Amino acid sequence: MGLAKRIIPCLDVDNGRVVKGVQFVDIRDAGDPVEVAKRYNEQGADEITFLDITASSDDRETTVHMVEAIAAEVFIPLTVGGGIRTCDDIRRMLNAGADKVGINTAAVFNPDFVREAAERFGSQCIVVAIDAKKVSAEGEPDKWEIFTHGGRKPTGLDAVEWAKKMVDYGAGEILLTSMDRDGTKNGFDLGVTRAISEAVHVPVIASGGVGNLQHLVDGVTEGKADAVLAASIFHFGEYSIQEAKETMQAAGIEMRL
Amino acid sequence: MSNAKSTVAVIDYGMGNLHSVAKALEHVADDNTQIIVTSDPAVIDNADRVLLPGVGAIRDCVGEMHKQGLVPSIRKAMAEKPFLAICVGIQSLMAHSEENGGVDCLNHFDGNALFFGENHKDVDGTKLKVPHMGWNQVTQTIKHPLWQDIEDGARFYFVHSFYVVAGHQEEVAGTCNYGHDFCVALARDNVFAVQFHPEKSHKDGLQLYKNFIHWDGKP
Repeated sequence: MGLAKRIIPCLDVDNGRVVKGVQFVDIRDAGDPVEVAKRYNEQGADEITFLDITASSDDRETTVHMVEAIAAEVFIPLTVGGGIRTCDDIRRMLNAGADKVGINTAAVFNPDFVREAAERFGSQCIVVAIDAKKVSAEGEPDKWEIFTHGGRKPTGLDAVEWAKKMVDYGAGEILLTSMDRDGTKNGFDLGVTRAISEAVHVPVIASGGVGNLQHLVDGVTEGKADAVLAASIFHFGEYSIQEAKETMQAAGIEMRL
Repeated sequence: MSNAKSTVAVIDYGMGNLHSVAKALEHVADDNTQIIVTSDPAVIDNADRVLLPGVGAIRDCVGEMHKQGLVPSIRKAMAEKPFLAICVGIQSLMAHSEENGGVDCLNHFDGNALFFGENHKDVDGTKLKVPHMGWNQVTQTIKHPLWQDIEDGARFYFVHSFYVVAGHQEEVAGTCNYGHDFCVALARDNVFAVQFHPEKSHKDGLQLYKNFIHWDGKP
């Protein structure tokens, strides 16, 4: 008996539709966000993450309405990320029914924003999203760096040090995405997941690269993640949330079934 | 006024998102029940039931209750009608909390809120993350109308770094284990308080809200 590890299906939303691309290109349509969220809720998802990947100002109103529609029918935690740059953005999403917000690029350009947001809204609703890429060569000690703009722009920031700093600034949770693995279906980058999970005292969500259910198991047992996030394996019906949970429990992981 | 609806006042003390609490109550309310999010003491005084949500840190939470003149209405409600407190709400009903360097609370229940600590460990020495975030099993330590149709050991959604230590064991209604056993529900007369978030706990959470809407306030 104890705290269960979480499975979090992620909805990448572009122009009002759930999409999933391989390393952010080759986008496939996966349905209406509200319908998809309801389906995962019924299947027993532990939380839902909604990522607004267009995040242009025009689409912001659409996102607010979708978050409202999801929150009216889905009674599990909902995180909303993508284009969160100001405390006003956070307040709008929380008022629309989000429980947590994901801050990514804005944290890199203005770390104090994380501090300000945590002081104002509480650490429990501030998730800092980290996009990391391995930068060490074969044979060198492992090193991962933070990238922004969908993995295109390096920042020179060490991923593990950055995660520790974000927690010091008030992040209540870390959403860690491996940009090398995202969309590849080759599994999480377990090295960076474990390095960050062991370096911080807040929960870490592993993301990027899930292709089968064993990858979810590995994320928890080897990556030491507190939660695992996946999109395409669930969107296109390869696996249900329930199957994923049963596989993880059979591997000895505490789950909510 | 024979057709008057039964009302549930959700206390809004300006600390942010009460949307999910109100939506969950509305989801389980029948046509004769009205959910009102309010910061008006008169509305709270006239409501049939009162729900005290908890958002943010304890100093701001208790501070805002005092600043907005809500404390007399909260005490009055706890003295006479079905009353449910959620998350930081349960902590605000204790005598004292360790959070924010130490804050005196409403002292409805004897006992304090303590910090898990950043080096919280399981009995086998494994490091445990703080906040305690996610779905954990709740052991029902008493029979209570608010536990009706909820299985003993059902999982609820938690997110908190401070936990309640009850002054009187007989007031503990539920416990959970995270490194050690701790109290996650308190009950005395017409007051029930929980550490978890029913509005985020799927079917079992909605059932608890449904039970609250139909509760006559008797233990």
